[in-house]
Amino acid sequence: MSEIRSSVEKRRLRGVVVITLLSSLSFLYFGFISPGKNKTTFGFVLNNEWVLIKEWVIASATGVKIFSGISLVASVLAILAYRKRRQIVFPVGVATFGILMSFITWAASGKFIPLTGLLQGALLLAVPLIFGSMSGLICERSGVINIAIEGQLLASAFVSGVVASLTHKTIWGLIAAPIAGAAISFLLATFAIKFSVDQVILGFVLNVLVIGLTDFLYKKLLVPYQSTWNTAPTFGKIELPILSKIPVLGPIFFSQSIVVYLMFAIVATITFALFKTKWGLRTRAIGEHPTAADTVGIDVNKLRFKNVIIAGLIAGVGGAYYTVGSVGAFGKEMTAGAGFIALAALIFGKWSPIGAVFAALLFGFADNLQSTLTIIGVSIPSEFMLMVPYIATIIAVTGLVGRVRAPAADGVPYLRGGAH
Amino acid sequence: MRTSLAKFGQAIKLPGLSFALAFTLTGFTIAFSDAKVLSKIGSPLEFIKSAGATAGNAYLALFQGSIFDINLTKGHNFFQGFYPLSETIVIATPLILTGLSVALAFKSGLFNIGAQGQFIFGAIGASYVGFHFQLPIVIHVIAAALAGMALAAIWGGAVGLLKAKTGAHEVILTIMMNYIAGYFILWILKTSQFLRPGRIDPIAPEVNQSARLPLLAGANLRIHAGIFIALVAALFVWWLLTKTTIGYKFRAVGANGQAAKTAGISVPFVLTATMAICGALAGLGGAVQVLGSEHALNADIAGSFGFDAITVALLGRAQPLGTVFAALLFGALHAGGRTMQSNTGVPLDIVLVTQALIVLFIAAPTFVRFIFRLKKLNSSAGLTSKGWNG
Repeated sequence: MSEIRSSVEKRRLRGVVVITLLSSLSFLYFGFISPGKNKTTFGFVLNNEWVLIKEWVIASATGVKIFSGISLVASVLAILAYRKRRQIVFPVGVATFGILMSFITWAASGKFIPLTGLLQGALLLAVPLIFGSMSGLICERSGVINIAIEGQLLASAFVSGVVASLTHKTIWGLIAAPIAGAAISFLLATFAIKFSVDQVILGFVLNVLVIGLTDFLYKKLLVPYQSTWNTAPTFGKIELPILSKIPVLGPIFFSQSIVVYLMFAIVATITFALFKTKWGLRTRAIGEHPTAADTVGIDVNKLRFKNVIIAGLIAGVGGAYYTVGSVGAFGKEMTAGAGFIALAALIFGKWSPIGAVFAALLFGFADNLQSTLTIIGVSIPSEFMLMVPYIATIIAVTGLVGRVRAPAADGVPYLRGGAH
Repeated sequence: MRTSLAKFGQAIKLPGLSFALAFTLTGFTIAFSDAKVLSKIGSPLEFIKSAGATAGNAYLALFQGSIFDINLTKGHNFFQGFYPLSETIVIATPLILTGLSVALAFKSGLFNIGAQGQFIFGAIGASYVGFHFQLPIVIHVIAAALAGMALAAIWGGAVGLLKAKTGAHEVILTIMMNYIAGYFILWILKTSQFLRPGRIDPIAPEVNQSARLPLLAGANLRIHAGIFIALVAALFVWWLLTKTTIGYKFRAVGANGQAAKTAGISVPFVLTATMAICGALAGLGGAVQVLGSEHALNADIAGSFGFDAITVALLGRAQPLGTVFAALLFGALHAGGRTMQSNTGVPLDIVLVTQALIVLFIAAPTFVRFIFRLKKLNSSAGLTSKGWNG
C-alpha cells in the first residue's frame, strides 16, 4: 500500500514541478527573452449572437505577462496545495490555461485570433473522437479491448455517405451509419467472445480489413460513379432559440448540427447509465471481476456481446459525422487515424466518460490551434505545429497521467471454470 | 514416413484452410463489386460464369505480377520473365526487417506499432550518410546502414524507456511517435541540408554510388543485396531469442513480467533493450529501402511498410522464419496487386482485405474449425499480446 501511495505522491510532485517550470519558462521566454513586438487581437464574435465584447486588443508582451503571471500564481497555489496534500487538479488546470494563452498571445503578435471560432472548431474536431472514445469506453468497461474504433468510424462514414447519396436523404445516412458500426462490432464480439481471439490483434486486423474494403470500394464505385454514389447531402445547423445567442457559448454549443446534439445526449446518457443504473453496475462488474459477476447470476459473455454491439452503434454515429454531419462526400481513409486518437483519449481520460471527453476536447483544441496558427501565418514550421497534439499526448500519458489502470479483466476472454 | 507426412499435413491444415477461405472471400468481393458481373444478375448461369472469369482474371494478373510473366520474356532473355519475382523480393526485403521488429517485440510481450516511425528514422540516417559523405565502397554502405539503425534504435528505445519509467503504454506511445516521425520527415526534407539542389518538391539528393547495395541480377531487375541482409537479420533474431541469455530474458518478460522481476531480471532494461533492437531492425529496413531500391529519401519512403509489418509478424506467428515467409507472401500480394490494378482494373487495395482475412483466420483456429466442421485441428498456442494492464 505504501508503495502505491508513494508512487502517487511522486506523480503529483512531478506534475507540480513540471507545471511550475513551464510557467516560469513561458513568463521569461514569451515575456522577456523573445517578446512579441505588436498587438494581438482576440475576436469574440462569430455569427449573429449578442455582442458583449467584439474584440480585445492587447500588446503581445503585456498579454503574455498577464497570462503567464496567472499561471505562475496558480503554480504557487499548486505547490501550497501539494504541501497540504490537497487536490492539485484545479490550480494545475488554471496554470495550463495561462501557459496556453501566453503562447497564443505571443505567437499571434500582430495578428487576429478568432477565439470563439478557435473553440468552436476544437469542439467540432473533437466530435468523432468523443463518439469513438465512448465506443471504446463501453467495450473496455465490459472487458473487451476495442482497437477497432478506427474501423468502426471509417466503415460507418462510408456507409452513411453511400446511403445518403443513394437516397438523397441525410436521415437515412444517419440511420445506416450505426448499423455499419454495429456490423464491425459484431465481428469484434464474435471473434473476441465466441472464438477467444486476442483482442488487440483482432482490433488491429479489423481496422486493416475496413481500410482495405473502403479503399477498394471507393476506387471501384465511388470514384467512377460519383454522381450517384458519393454526393451525400449534409445536415444543416440547428440554432437553438435564445441559447444560440449567448456570446461565445452560443455559437460553440447551441448552433450545431443534429449529430453534435446527439453527442451531448449520448455522453450524458452513458455517464448516468454507467454509474447509476443496474446495467452500468453489471457492465463494470464484468469488466473488473467477471467470475464474481457470473457467481451472482450475470451472463458475462451475453452482456459483453450486447455492450460491444452498443459501442458499435455509438461509434457509427461518430462515423456519420464525417459525411452527412460535415462534408457530405466520403474520402479515402477520411478518418485519418481518429480512431487511434480516440483510443488515446480514452486511456488519457482513465476510462471515465468525462475524462475521455475532456481529453478528446484537448486533442481537438491542439489540432485546431495548429491549423489556426498556420492560417494566420506564424513563424513556426507547420510540421512542428502539426506534431503538437501527438507530443501533448506523449507528455500527458508519461508525465501527468502516469500509471493508468484499465478495467481489471479488460482483454481477457471469459470462460466458465476460470480457464483462460 | 507416413507419420511425418501426416504431421506435415496437420501443420499446414490451418494455414492452408485460412488461405483458401481468405482468397475465396476476396474473390467474391472482386466479382460482386464489378459492374459487368452485376449487370448479368438476370441469368444465373451467365452471372456465375462472368463472376468466375472476373475473379479468375484478377488472380491470374496477381500471379503474373508477383512470380512469373511469360509476356515479359518476348524480346528479352528468359530471365526477364522473373521480373515480377524480383519485384516481390524487393518489396519483401524491408517487410522482413520491419516484420522482425514487430515479431521481436511480441516475444517480449510488447506490441510495437511504431515500426513505421522507426523505419522513417532509419531511412533518414542512411540517406544523410549516403549522400553527404565520401567514403570507400563497402564501408560507406555499412556506415550508412549503421547511422540509420542508430537513429531508429534511439527512437525505438525511447518507447521502452518511457514505458519502463512512467508506465505509459507502448501502443499509445508508438502510435503518437509514428505521427511525429511522419511530420518530422516532411520538415527535414525542406531543410537546406536535405533538399536536393534545384528541386522544390520534398526529395533528398541520391546517395553516392559507393553507398548503394549491389544489384543481384543485372541492371534490368531491381533485386538487390538487401534480401541477404534481411535473411541474416532473421537469423540474428532467431539466435538472439533462442541461444542467448538476453534473449531468454526477453522471452521471460514476455511470458510473465512479474515472475521475471521476481527472478531478478531487470524489466526496465529488458523493455528498453527490446525496443532499441526492434527500432534498429525497422531502421535497417528503412536504410535498405534507401540504399537498395529508392536511392533518394522522399516523403513517402515508408509507404505502409511499418503497418504491413504488423500483419506480417502476426501471420508469421512472431517466429523469425515465419516472418520471412509472411513477408514474401505479402511482397507477392503487393507486387501482384499493382499488375492486377493495371491489367484488370481491380484496385490494389483489395490486397489489404486478403491480408487482414488471412491473419484473422490464422488467429482464430476455432473459427476455421467451426466453418469446416473439423473435430480437431493442430494449432500452436494462440499468439497473444498483453492488454493495457500487462
